[in-house]
Amino acid sequence: MSDIINLTLSALIDKIKNKELSSLEITKAYITRAEKSKDLNTYITTDFDNAIEKAKKFDEKGNFDYKLPGVPLAIKDLFCTNNLKTTAGSKILSNFIPSYESTVTQHLWDEGAILLGKLNCDEFAMGSSNETSFFGNVESPVGKKVVPGGSSGGSASALAAKLTPATIGTDTGGSIRQPASFTGTVGLKPTYGSCSRYGIVAFASSLDQAGPMTQDVSDAALMLDVISKYDTKDSTSVNFRRGDYFKSLSSNIKGKKIGIPKEYRVDGMPKEIESLWQDGITLLKKLGAKIIDISLPHTKYALPAYYIVAPAEASSNLARYDGVKYGYRSEGENLISMYENTRSEGFGDEVKRRIMIGTYVLSSGYYDAYYLKAQKIRRLIKNDFDEAYKSVDAILTPSTPNSAFKIGDKTDDPVSMYLNDIFTVPVNLSGLPAISIPAGKDKNNYPLGLQIIGKAFEEQNLLDISHSMEKELSFKNNLQDWWIK
Amino acid sequence: MSKNKEYLIKRGNSEYEVIIGLEVHAQVLSKSKLFSDSPTNFGAEPNTQVSLVDAAFPGMLPVINEFCIKQAVKTGIGLNAAINKKSIFDRKNYFYADLPQGYQISQYKDPIVGEGSILLDLPDGEKKVGIERLHLEQDAGKSIHDIDPQNTLVDLNRSGVALMEIVSKPDLRSPEEVNLYIKKLRSIMRYLGTCDGNMQEGSLRADVNVSIRKTGDKKLGTRCEIKNVNSIKFMQMAIEYEANRQADILEEGGSIDQETRLFDTKKNETRSMRSKEDAHDYRYFPDPDLLPLELTDDFISKIKKEIPELPDEKKKRFVDKFKLTPYEANILVSDIETSKYFEDVIKNSDIKLATNWITGELFALLNDRNLEISQSPISSKNLSSLINLIKDGTISGKIAKTVFEIMANESKDPKSIIDEKGLKQQSDPKEIEKIVDDVIKENPKNVELFKSGKDKLFGFFVGQVMKKTDGKANPKLVNDILKKKLN
Repeated sequence: MSDIINLTLSALIDKIKNKELSSLEITKAYITRAEKSKDLNTYITTDFDNAIEKAKKFDEKGNFDYKLPGVPLAIKDLFCTNNLKTTAGSKILSNFIPSYESTVTQHLWDEGAILLGKLNCDEFAMGSSNETSFFGNVESPVGKKVVPGGSSGGSASALAAKLTPATIGTDTGGSIRQPASFTGTVGLKPTYGSCSRYGIVAFASSLDQAGPMTQDVSDAALMLDVISKYDTKDSTSVNFRRGDYFKSLSSNIKGKKIGIPKEYRVDGMPKEIESLWQDGITLLKKLGAKIIDISLPHTKYALPAYYIVAPAEASSNLARYDGVKYGYRSEGENLISMYENTRSEGFGDEVKRRIMIGTYVLSSGYYDAYYLKAQKIRRLIKNDFDEAYKSVDAILTPSTPNSAFKIGDKTDDPVSMYLNDIFTVPVNLSGLPAISIPAGKDKNNYPLGLQIIGKAFEEQNLLDISHSMEKELSFKNNLQDWWIK
Repeated sequence: MSKNKEYLIKRGNSEYEVIIGLEVHAQVLSKSKLFSDSPTNFGAEPNTQVSLVDAAFPGMLPVINEFCIKQAVKTGIGLNAAINKKSIFDRKNYFYADLPQGYQISQYKDPIVGEGSILLDLPDGEKKVGIERLHLEQDAGKSIHDIDPQNTLVDLNRSGVALMEIVSKPDLRSPEEVNLYIKKLRSIMRYLGTCDGNMQEGSLRADVNVSIRKTGDKKLGTRCEIKNVNSIKFMQMAIEYEANRQADILEEGGSIDQETRLFDTKKNETRSMRSKEDAHDYRYFPDPDLLPLELTDDFISKIKKEIPELPDEKKKRFVDKFKLTPYEANILVSDIETSKYFEDVIKNSDIKLATNWITGELFALLNDRNLEISQSPISSKNLSSLINLIKDGTISGKIAKTVFEIMANESKDPKSIIDEKGLKQQSDPKEIEKIVDDVIKENPKNVELFKSGKDKLFGFFVGQVMKKTDGKANPKLVNDILKKKLN
């Protein structure tokens, strides 16, 4: 059993294809481990009985040519799943059972994957520590009372704790990369428009993007092959020529030009992050890449711009949760009081904070000063990257300005919480792809990640660079399974 | 325009001019909704034409219906308007139970169609009314308050249906001009097939902006917006009431508050709905689920090629080619079905007679039975043969009216009616001469009186001949023969 959960996704698939392991054996192994790992609070909803049924069925007459043949997967509870409760980590959707499937998850099932259940996340993906979920915070397997990051905290924690061989998250400002960095796993945010947003509970539509969270880079490539597809049901989906990412994966990056942006050397950045970055630069040189110093001058405006654009869109996206049609309702004397009761009871503090910020920045008289200006900044940030990409193929930065912290450490200080996203939000604002790979550890033995940012729609390049680095880094989490009961 | 024809509100020594602008909401004629593939049929069972997108389920995304875009562009071309190659869909945010998304997708700063115009035919000439813009937006659902005593029920069938909001400039000056404007707009959209213009079914509604100013003043007064009026009659009544209300306030030294008002059709009055201070802050911003809409020149020019002959051009053709009066042409082109009917009839028959019969007898019949011309019991083919039977002397105009009445009830072709009822005109001169001789023989006294100068008695002889032939004698022949015999 312990062998199974220690296999990477691609190794697992090989063993299924060679009939060394059955889907049922694998599915049972993950379920058994999940049942012993309840203290991490990674699951909001489990679907184990169905998973076992599906695994049996797969073993009987499954198609072994599928990309994910009989592979059990748990996924973030932001993806709508047909007939299975989808909460987005919120009380307001705590009773919501969709009658439809998100495009991205449908692609998983179409390639033979089996749903284990729905993983915890920050409420409506708003958070950087998985502490805003209505279903309680998630603990990271990397240390007791340590946050897994957010918003895909349940996904990162479950992946690092080997409760799922791989998973998918969503990334609006860093929600895949930051928790990947905190848990010693790989997190890829594809180019905006790569993966369909259809059926994903929306946070900020112009920034949201689904992506793989995996044990290593090849697994990320494999997952990307499955989920990155053009979808006419999402008007922002882009019909570009997608690569055969897994097959084409190469570790030859000789001659690639990697940019090092000076603006990412922020004040108060811990030494260990600084040296992690330096080691990454040295490694890239060793691998034959050319290091070029670059400037992304508007970087410092990215976080404030993000915290205007994202809440603005969220304030409107979340207006549909009004108690009228589905989800939680708290009765009132009239329509207005029903709205007020429903929304004040149904949403948590962080969501309310962002709805209020968003409502404010869009209101008449403030729109130009905030929303419009933020959009202009967004354009300038994008221009910075465009300019940089004239001389480099990719950019290397730390994934986060700090490592994982203790539960409760930042909950009273939203701004310091928001600072977690300082290296990841410029990527979302520009729509670019980026990956976080585990690259080292801090003094507490908590993982640290490096981020590689690529050109739009050039995920292959990003995967090749991180794949070649990963080989040399040979990072190991070495978790002690302290949470197992 | 002559002074006395103006619509003015008089108060003591003051005269006020009424300034009206309309925001017409026209439902796009389309099988499916603006951003989803749900059907748009009117009168369906509540909540049977609703998709997950229309009901705003989590994670659902709008996808533009290209046909609705074409319809809007077509309408823009019909309004002689500028088509904007780039337009943007915005979210208009507000909470209401029948607005599932919590916002309406509309177009705010960058509409699909810019400035254009509509030509009105006034009794004393044409008037050009400016169009400010046309934009596309979603309709909301319907809240129903009167079925359940405790609860409001919501029907989402309309939710997401495509509307064109067509905003006029404040160029209208009277309820009558509003009437002509709406009718002309509706006529153009029906020609184009972009809106059925059916006001009973809510396919055409308007917000009416009314302000007044002293005649001669250049500055516009403060306006009030009367929301969601759904018939021309109510629009006219609302304007009449509102203009007078504003005049009363100004005469008493007061000032007009800019506000949104509702027209109460039962009490025939407008009343305040919300003031400017209470106005919603809709927090418009570009919908991030939709990319800016970009139209290619090719797309637009293809649509231009599909534009049919519109009422103004058709009217000009009818006047130039068929020698109709502008008045007649106006009547015949105002409705595309009428103009088609007319052109069908005149394919094989006399234009003048056709014009008279359509605008006279046929319109009276349709009006009487409250029918559209498409439902006419008399087909264009049958009317055409009736006219030809008059023209070739088979029946007289008088008999034709009888035949027409029978046609209206039995929908038969006129020839068989004439044969069946023996209504064919007697046009054999010899037979008529015989009858004339009989009449002269039977009325020696009157013959004498006539010959002595009582010319008026000629009518008496005609009447006698007609009586003997059940009205079927060819009147021209009767006249000629009588004249010859009596003189």
